[in-house]
Amino acid sequence: MPTTRSFTSIWEYDLLEQILIQTINGIVVGMILALVASGLTLIFGIMDVVNFAHGELFMLGAYVGVVTLATLVVAALGAAIHVTTLRPLLGRDPLNTILVTFGVSLVLQNYALWQFGPVARKINEPFVGHFNLFYLEYPWYRLMIALLSAAIIGALWLFLKYSTYGVWIRATTQDRVMAQAMGIPVPRLLTLVFAIGSGMAAASGVLFGPLVGVNHAMGLDWVLKAFIVVVVGGMGNLVGSIAAAIFISLTESYASLWVSPSQAIIVSFVVLILTLLLRPTGLFVPTPK
Amino acid sequence: MTPRRTRIYWTAFAVILALLIVAPFGLPEFWRRFLTEILIWGLLAMSSDILIGYTGMVSFGHSAFFGLGMYGAAAALLTSRPPSLWLALLYGLIAAAAVAAFVAYFSTRLRDIYFAITTLIFSQIFYVIIFTWTDVTGGENGLAFSRPALAIPGLFSFPFTTLTLYWFVLAVVTASYLLLRRITRSPFGMVLQSIRENEARTRAIGYPVERYKIVAVMFSGLFAGLAGVLYAVQNRFAAPDFVFFVVSGETVIYNIMGGIGTLVGPIVGAAAFLLLREGLSRLFPYLASVVALPGLAEFPYLIPLGVIFIAMVIFMPQGLLGFARRRLNE
Amino acid sequence: MSTGAHTEPLVRVEDIHTYYGKSHILHGVSLEVGHGEIVGLLGRNGVGKSTTLKAIMGLVHPTRGEVLLESQSVGHLPAHRVARLGIGYVPEDRRIFRLLTVSENLRTGLDGRGVSEARKKELLDMVFDYFPVLAERRSQAGGTLSGGEQQMLAIARVMMLEPKIILLDEPTEGLMPRMVSQIRHIIHVLRREGVAVLLVEQNVPLTLEASERVYFMEKGQVRHQAVASELHADHEVVHKYLGV
Repeated sequence: MPTTRSFTSIWEYDLLEQILIQTINGIVVGMILALVASGLTLIFGIMDVVNFAHGELFMLGAYVGVVTLATLVVAALGAAIHVTTLRPLLGRDPLNTILVTFGVSLVLQNYALWQFGPVARKINEPFVGHFNLFYLEYPWYRLMIALLSAAIIGALWLFLKYSTYGVWIRATTQDRVMAQAMGIPVPRLLTLVFAIGSGMAAASGVLFGPLVGVNHAMGLDWVLKAFIVVVVGGMGNLVGSIAAAIFISLTESYASLWVSPSQAIIVSFVVLILTLLLRPTGLFVPTPK
Repeated sequence: MTPRRTRIYWTAFAVILALLIVAPFGLPEFWRRFLTEILIWGLLAMSSDILIGYTGMVSFGHSAFFGLGMYGAAAALLTSRPPSLWLALLYGLIAAAAVAAFVAYFSTRLRDIYFAITTLIFSQIFYVIIFTWTDVTGGENGLAFSRPALAIPGLFSFPFTTLTLYWFVLAVVTASYLLLRRITRSPFGMVLQSIRENEARTRAIGYPVERYKIVAVMFSGLFAGLAGVLYAVQNRFAAPDFVFFVVSGETVIYNIMGGIGTLVGPIVGAAAFLLLREGLSRLFPYLASVVALPGLAEFPYLIPLGVIFIAMVIFMPQGLLGFARRRLNE
Repeated sequence: MSTGAHTEPLVRVEDIHTYYGKSHILHGVSLEVGHGEIVGLLGRNGVGKSTTLKAIMGLVHPTRGEVLLESQSVGHLPAHRVARLGIGYVPEDRRIFRLLTVSENLRTGLDGRGVSEARKKELLDMVFDYFPVLAERRSQAGGTLSGGEQQMLAIARVMMLEPKIILLDEPTEGLMPRMVSQIRHIIHVLRREGVAVLLVEQNVPLTLEASERVYFMEKGQVRHQAVASELHADHEVVHKYLGV
């Protein structure tokens, strides 16, 4: 029986082991991506807002570093952003939301640059320890990330299906005008949704922080990937985003066995282009609308 | 336009052009180059106005057109002996056109927000390709080359000085402006605007909207690529940073600040933004020394700039020019 | 019957003007509805009847003129505030929430109004009493209901809000003729419950039978008012404002 080896360098393993590790890596990162993307698609599906600042909310969460605190603080920030910059745009062309959130992302990114400096900061995993996966060792922390992300998404789903606000949100998504006519305070509800999406982005940031370190520009990569996931999964489609996130993450992980990680991202671009050519409404949408 | 307004317009045009021609004489070297840069970015912003202002297609892909124009010029300037200006223009425009064709194909399939996001992702695709294909593009470090001379082989060759380059750029940008103006006022341009106002109705009337959109993207891409070539010639390097989507974002900012759908607006927006940026980046270190708060020197100018931009989108969606126009009409 | 102990009408619209972009839709509409009164609003297509209802509901804000609910000016309020003040709206095409179940549709307006669970149950029972079909289908998605059932749901969910007045926009449109008596019955129920109704309809006999007063609109204005019992479907006034 081979002795257990620590998870130091993937190139020490043979191909089967590498594929196994990359599968798990892909799922772990995919779950975080799913968490980020679901916030984004929630915001778009319900509010028709393309939130360019989503990556920065993720980044700020990572800097705060503690899950509950980050979620609450950034959710509050999200609410503030919505009230000051997005509510005035209600009723105007949704394209304005891209512009405004782009401006917000510039401000937030540079604020982080100013406060925390340009150097990436290493964040330690809250707990160390590996478990034995067959004869490999795999860090517990990464597994916990995947489970926690799944739990948060699950909580969101339950919230939407059963809670009062959840029913209101679903009603508002279907017919905003009639929701108002039924007495649902739509502007406040939209702020709530934006806050929830922001909180989710922040939570993802906290979970992801220890994996690569945090710096002010990390949001850019993530918002880009999240957008790809959202388009491939079908905009406004929660389940689709999750499936797309895992799918894209897995393919990238496998690709990085052969090419460098910065080139592996081309895989997701290819997936995007194929989606746009073949099923523009989303790969994981059951029937094209 | 009424004959009177036409006269006013052309008089104003002549006056402004004359001012621009003589401007560099009173300015130190740095500001001459700065002015040239304003013109180049202004050209980029104008090219994007065709899509944003006239066709109603917000695009975040202009950094790709610009960047490919830049790298195309770089390719020409690195491979031709002596470095040829005309080849740089040719290669740059062809490269930009190729990218534009690629984007144009997808543009017809996607509307509004999807188009905006997709163009953004495309510019990132090109960024990653350029960034990682180090052998060809120089990767992270980009490419450096020498500036070509204004030459017709066999006849004459004048190396560019800061001054003559400025005039060359001014000539190109002015010609582009006039050409774009002609295009936007032509029947073609009218159809574009009709698409912006109500795409469904334009289609219902019988216009092949897809084809118009493709041509609009091609025009936009070509002029953006032209700006990229000029930039390469001026600065003598090409770097992936210019293909990063933030450049596209800044272009859109110039458009909004200046006023979309006006062609001149984006140039004004670019000038305003660049001047503001230059001013703010000097302001904070100065303030820091005056108030003895060293942390202030590092204060990123993009924060107040970003806030100004947000405020403009909310309160002045017509941009500086639109705002001024309304004031003048009152 | 209409005013009872009240001296002020429940709803009064005074000379409102509305625009859609540059189009001038309402050119000064004035009307009133008393407490518990059933009032009809008749006119050809496109004269602005639906827009008038929307203006009262706060979905469209008049640029001039006033909308008063029990002497309180509500013309500038957002629709969800107007709904909470006691105005219910049943639009053309019903517009129920198709992906929500019947129960969820009924509950949408209830929550957050400080209504006790006991009262919620009472209201649900009342609604299911009046509309047994909805009780049968309570767990079904709204989109699976027939046209007539959707119409009932649209009215029922508004009734759950215990409004003082319900704005009904063309309730019989697209319904089979035998559903018309259903609508007549519902309006009778509303009258019995003391709920006022402003009814926009193309079906003249129904309107004249159900209403106490009717207004006639033409080109964005209210042109004529009459007591319903003094008119019949062939009356020259009816022909003037509705005839071909």
